Amino acid sequence: MQLTSLGLVRGIIGYFVGLVVGMAVVMISRLALGMSAWDQEAGWVGGIIFATIGFMLAVGSMTDWLKWTRGVETPFHHGPPVGKPAWTRYFSVDYNHKVIGIQYGVTGFLLLLIGGSFALVFRAELADSGISFLQPGTYNTFLSMHAWVALASILLGVGGMANYLVPLMIGAEDMAFPRLNAFAYWINVPAIITLMISMLFGWDSGWTAYPPLSLRGPVGYQMVFWAIFSIGLSSILGSLNLIVTMLTMRPKGMTLFRMPIFCWAILATSIIQLTATQLIGLAFLMLSFERTLGMPFFNPLYNALGENIGGQPLLFQHLFWFYSHPAVYVFVLPGLGIISELLPVFARKPLFGYRWIALSSLAIALVGFLVWGHHMFTSGYGEYLRVVFMISTLLVAVPTGVKFFSWLGTLWGGRLTFPTPMLFTLGAISVFLIGGLSGPILATAATDLFLHDSYFVVGHFHATIFGGFVFPFFAAIYYWYPKITGRMYNEMLGKIHFWLMTPGFWVMSLAQMTAGTMGMRRRIADYDPALGVEPVHMLITIAGFVIAFSILLMIYNLFTSAEVGALAGNNPWRSRSPEWQIPSPVPEHSYAQPIAVVGEPYDYGLAGSTYVAMAGAGDD
Amino acid sequence: MTAITTGVHAVAAHHEAHDDYAVQLRRNRLGLWLFFISEAFLFGGLLATRFYLWGDTRPELDQAIGLIVTSVLLLSSVSMRLAETAMEKGNRQLFSIFILLTAFLGLVFLGGVVIFEWGLIPALYQGHLTPWGDKYGAVVFAMTGMHALHVVSGIVFIFIVWNLARKGHFSPQRHWGVESCAIYWHYVDVVWIFFYPALYLIGNAVHLSH
Repeated sequence: MQLTSLGLVRGIIGYFVGLVVGMAVVMISRLALGMSAWDQEAGWVGGIIFATIGFMLAVGSMTDWLKWTRGVETPFHHGPPVGKPAWTRYFSVDYNHKVIGIQYGVTGFLLLLIGGSFALVFRAELADSGISFLQPGTYNTFLSMHAWVALASILLGVGGMANYLVPLMIGAEDMAFPRLNAFAYWINVPAIITLMISMLFGWDSGWTAYPPLSLRGPVGYQMVFWAIFSIGLSSILGSLNLIVTMLTMRPKGMTLFRMPIFCWAILATSIIQLTATQLIGLAFLMLSFERTLGMPFFNPLYNALGENIGGQPLLFQHLFWFYSHPAVYVFVLPGLGIISELLPVFARKPLFGYRWIALSSLAIALVGFLVWGHHMFTSGYGEYLRVVFMISTLLVAVPTGVKFFSWLGTLWGGRLTFPTPMLFTLGAISVFLIGGLSGPILATAATDLFLHDSYFVVGHFHATIFGGFVFPFFAAIYYWYPKITGRMYNEMLGKIHFWLMTPGFWVMSLAQMTAGTMGMRRRIADYDPALGVEPVHMLITIAGFVIAFSILLMIYNLFTSAEVGALAGNNPWRSRSPEWQIPSPVPEHSYAQPIAVVGEPYDYGLAGSTYVAMAGAGDD
Repeated sequence: MTAITTGVHAVAAHHEAHDDYAVQLRRNRLGLWLFFISEAFLFGGLLATRFYLWGDTRPELDQAIGLIVTSVLLLSSVSMRLAETAMEKGNRQLFSIFILLTAFLGLVFLGGVVIFEWGLIPALYQGHLTPWGDKYGAVVFAMTGMHALHVVSGIVFIFIVWNLARKGHFSPQRHWGVESCAIYWHYVDVVWIFFYPALYLIGNAVHLSH
């Protein structure tokens, strides 16, 4: 087998060919216009755009569409590629949603490891005061990269869960637009390469890339802008696909309020991703154009009379947070959906308040559009806006509270068992509670004025993301691992993973908040030992390494169990969801016959109740 | 007997294919409209930028040019509608004429933007805005540029559809390619209906000294 028969390899070659071609096009155009040939801003922008297109063409994600423009029919090919080992399909364009889901999930997990190790690097620097091995500029690059790599990993992890699970859960053959699905995954790969290249040049503002700093920093910013633009495109196209899939491909009898609850979470998430993502794409595009062509959107420009005829830095913050706050709900809503999905299975009880949970996801998504200004309490915008944004932000606590209480209601009086997925679900609730309770403190303008840009914010944010995404993501991996591989993971290793990671995270998060209240600022390479935060920082660093070690255990577990784990059977968790009624691993065509929904999804423990009727599968 | 059963099978197969097409058409339409909703936020972001930076002012732009390009673009929507109607009635010749007319009007609009609004060819028209000059130039170029990018993609779309129709694709019953091209074109027009007043009409014209 030739290496170039792998789409990924061809894509990477296409990327670098495109990079050279793009730079050459820019240089020739500049010469034709009578300018000097090389300008690093323009050269890199042209290079990145061509490199991304080069990757997408070479990987084969646009081949079918290009054939359509010439009127050539492109029938689907099902199953692994002919004449090649089955694993190769994971490294090439494949239209099966289960393959794409795994591609998303594994890429997301890899990015989580990379982003996490960046954090370990600068956490080691922060363990004691004084500069030990990271110079401030490098520190800033690691810090900023940690953020965007980890955020990209979350977006891909969410994409993985949604792509793998949603069609299975609604009994659909595949996504509504399989080719678009593959395109939406693959566009992430050149974006990740571009993002990594940015490290060679550095960028130093933190992930928010506020102007004017981001307009003056090194050329690494250009790569960040275009990488995030591509990842945003993936979000938009992926969510469009998911919405159409859920609205048009449900089986007979599955009304919206009979969908598995995870689908509701994805529906709410997709509404945000479909719309708000455009704003960060636009904001980063404007930054890129301001750097490249000098278009004054954000940098003020004064004429002889002292009038500002240029831009305004605050405009960027509005555009940026209009996406980036709702984006937090993109990160956590799917995870909260996983919690709601798993609790009834392990409590053997109906989900408490199904409709309330479903609608609370929508409510969080919609209120999320109105709260962006709480990131700007100290920015100097109109003071009356503080009150408006404070009230709208505190409103988010209402639907979030609905979720918490319905989880409690589900657990109440249940016959609980505690295998690893359930442990991570409960861990997620405990961690998300820390994140949730520290939220209103920051949402209240009066307290935020003191805590803004402090380590308290870091603690709050990480508790929210670990509780809302990382813990549920791990729960989901352990829970659906038998469905994906056909084998069980090692329960003992899973439990050790949990009992290392969860207390580790509690310590890390609470210590971060403590450091913040003691006066530690976020995003700085060094601090004054007189603050008294040194022992706290040491604690955070140790906890960080414990979490990292526990994740290594998980990787070992997942790899070895795929070979030696006990055979799982169709339905080890006795779930009612349709994907557990078919063989593990799921066959190429998930459902041999169309399924029909005949009852409520979460009536666990109610005698004689049935959710899915499947031809030949029996109802038990 | 054999003939009858084959006939039944053929009907059944035809029926199934027809259902598949109808199902996929429904998904395609929904997908396209979701794409429009998404794009509305992109154009909305540009409008927000315009109002944030300009407030109740606007640059001095050539009103005649604005009126002419807007009229040309609106007329192109009419010809696009006529092209789609022609396809629905199976009149391929009329379809070709109208869809090419639409592309031509689109190119005229683009010429208006590039030559007159942007002043890229000073020999033909001396523009006074530059993208880097001030906030007026920056926003005018950003809004018209993003819109022009969509017009260009619409024209490419038109030529693909025209070429496919020429080769015998599409029928009065099945012409999603034509339909999506037409809706996309109308959508880009509607965006301009919001951009035109935002750039040309709203607010007081100011002349800045640099």
